[in-house]
Amino acid sequence: MKLLEYQAKEFFARAGIPIPQEQLVFSAAEASTATREIGLPCVLKAQVGVGGRGKAGGVKLAHTMEEVESHADAILGMEIKGERVERLLCCHAVDIKQEFYASVTTDRANRTLILMVSPAGGIDIEEVARTTPEKILKIPIDPLLGLQAYQTRRAAMFLSDKGEIKKQIAAILTKLYEMYVANDLSLAEINPLVVTSDGKVTALDAKVIIDDNSLFRHPEFEGYRILSKDEALEQEAKGKGLSYIKLSGNVGCIVNGAGLAMATMDLIKRYGGEPANFLDVGGSSSPAKMIAAIDFVTRDRGVRAIFVNIFGGITRCDDIANGLLEATKNAPLPLPVVVRLTGTNEDEARKMLEGTSFIPAADMADGAKKAIEAAGEG
Amino acid sequence: MAIFVDENTRVLVQGITGRDGLFHACSMRDYGTNVAGGVTPGKSGQTVEGFAVFDSMHEAVSKTGANTSVVFVPERFAADAIIEAADAGIRLIVCISEGIPVLDMLRIVSYLQKKATKLIGPNSPGVISPGKSKVGILPGQIFRAGGVGVVSRSGTLTYEIVSHITAAGLGQSTCVGIGGDPVIGSNFLDVLRLFRSDPGTEAVVLVGEIGGSDEEEAARFISQELGKPAVAFIAGRTAPKGKRMGHAGAIISGSSGAAEEKVAALNAAGIPVASEPAEIASLLKERLHEA
Repeated sequence: MKLLEYQAKEFFARAGIPIPQEQLVFSAAEASTATREIGLPCVLKAQVGVGGRGKAGGVKLAHTMEEVESHADAILGMEIKGERVERLLCCHAVDIKQEFYASVTTDRANRTLILMVSPAGGIDIEEVARTTPEKILKIPIDPLLGLQAYQTRRAAMFLSDKGEIKKQIAAILTKLYEMYVANDLSLAEINPLVVTSDGKVTALDAKVIIDDNSLFRHPEFEGYRILSKDEALEQEAKGKGLSYIKLSGNVGCIVNGAGLAMATMDLIKRYGGEPANFLDVGGSSSPAKMIAAIDFVTRDRGVRAIFVNIFGGITRCDDIANGLLEATKNAPLPLPVVVRLTGTNEDEARKMLEGTSFIPAADMADGAKKAIEAAGEG
Repeated sequence: MAIFVDENTRVLVQGITGRDGLFHACSMRDYGTNVAGGVTPGKSGQTVEGFAVFDSMHEAVSKTGANTSVVFVPERFAADAIIEAADAGIRLIVCISEGIPVLDMLRIVSYLQKKATKLIGPNSPGVISPGKSKVGILPGQIFRAGGVGVVSRSGTLTYEIVSHITAAGLGQSTCVGIGGDPVIGSNFLDVLRLFRSDPGTEAVVLVGEIGGSDEEEAARFISQELGKPAVAFIAGRTAPKGKRMGHAGAIISGSSGAAEEKVAALNAAGIPVASEPAEIASLLKERLHEA
């Protein structure tokens, strides 16, 4: 679960990481009131989940109260990569002397935690990694030992040679790590971490991602979830035991297993079609799940045909067939549905679907071709 | 020969009184796996479907001499179950449960480095050495004994690919589902090292997917050290960036973890990558013929 900047900064504030004076607002009038408290100049920042808001005009500096109102008006309601801006963060603009990068994250390849710092702050860290990798210091952290004091000193030395600044950086890195572990995060990032003209080290921006697997032990984070339209749909599907992601094609997919579901999408593309979605019905094969799956796929108005691709290992093909029949009992499907069922009880399943409008497929490739063809005709 | 599991495997099922645990305990026994019993805290002394139930892994191991465990307990208890099995002296833990917090997995992986215990998973479909032993939820009937080692991050996609291998008249030495999570006990490299030294494995099939860089590491190892023919399949060529595709570990972050990169790394290392699952069998035959 990825937090918005203002939410991430609340985490920072609780952890004792310095942030500028700031307030979340929802209107230009609120922005004015907030600025009177915070003081000019101030930066107005669109609060959206997608990246690249700066380039899109979602971050603006205001020197006067008039500018605060006009900028707030311009940013609120604008669309950034399809996401409408509803929230605005008013931050006191600090005088920046230096910009750094700092993060704690999981290093998948080495199966460890990692502290990462760079003196090249304020730009995308992947860009730094590509062009000037020598400007990034990565320090592996043993998850059983935790972050050691010498590691924070080493990181601080990499960023600055001034005693007072180094001390502040080391303290911030310690708090960043403690916050990461206490909240089961998968990313805690400060970019930029700045030194102000009066010698204070402050986090100007914040990125926090919570490990979804840990949410069962953090019920307090549920309130942080702000969903875009697509995410709301994904979340609703999750509640029904389905893993669903909307794409833009016209061949709907219903598959058991995440790997097979991806391979099915790839196969549709390979044969010249466009998958409309990723959908994994998971291991169990209750009719209710099939009904919900068909409901999700057909809600997408762009879908012209559906490909049901099941490899029954634990999932029983007759259960799937039963679900398909149940789902179409009361309201016949307005779309062609191609069904490929292989594995446990496949013969029974095929018999159950004989004489119905479901289009049988011999294997995965055959099913993909038939579904693409049907989508083209529809 | 085989890796991880064979005729000497004696299994305890952690969470045997749960619906999935019991179902698969029976299915493993039907396959011919030596299932020594199971553990559910508080239910010692009971017998379910002929399986002895114990309170703790320590008790179960000392009474049955089991060397392997398979974990079916809910995610909030799974990390504890893995550590309990390791402390009780189990040599191989296969974790089917999914949804274990990543931080817990990091700690477990670090802890197990000090032990002789190996971990497969979490979020794994299990491991099977056809004709010898099956530990997990894999459908036994699609496998047959032979010389192809299969290692995969997925479940049903593995079954799809294995069914093509079997239909082509080739059998498998061992098939390992390493699990779809970002941090797992045994990764591609760990499994490939075992396949390298297993005389029963003549060729290797690697089934990868988007997310992380394990496939790239595997490509390097296969070309430099495996010493056996290998072919691969990568799922997720059409997956969008930044979305988790069902598996917790299947996500393209920024520019890293995309399918094209993995395919390119494998091709550059001289490993053919099938453009669809059905193609694996013919690629495999070509490579075996050349070798």
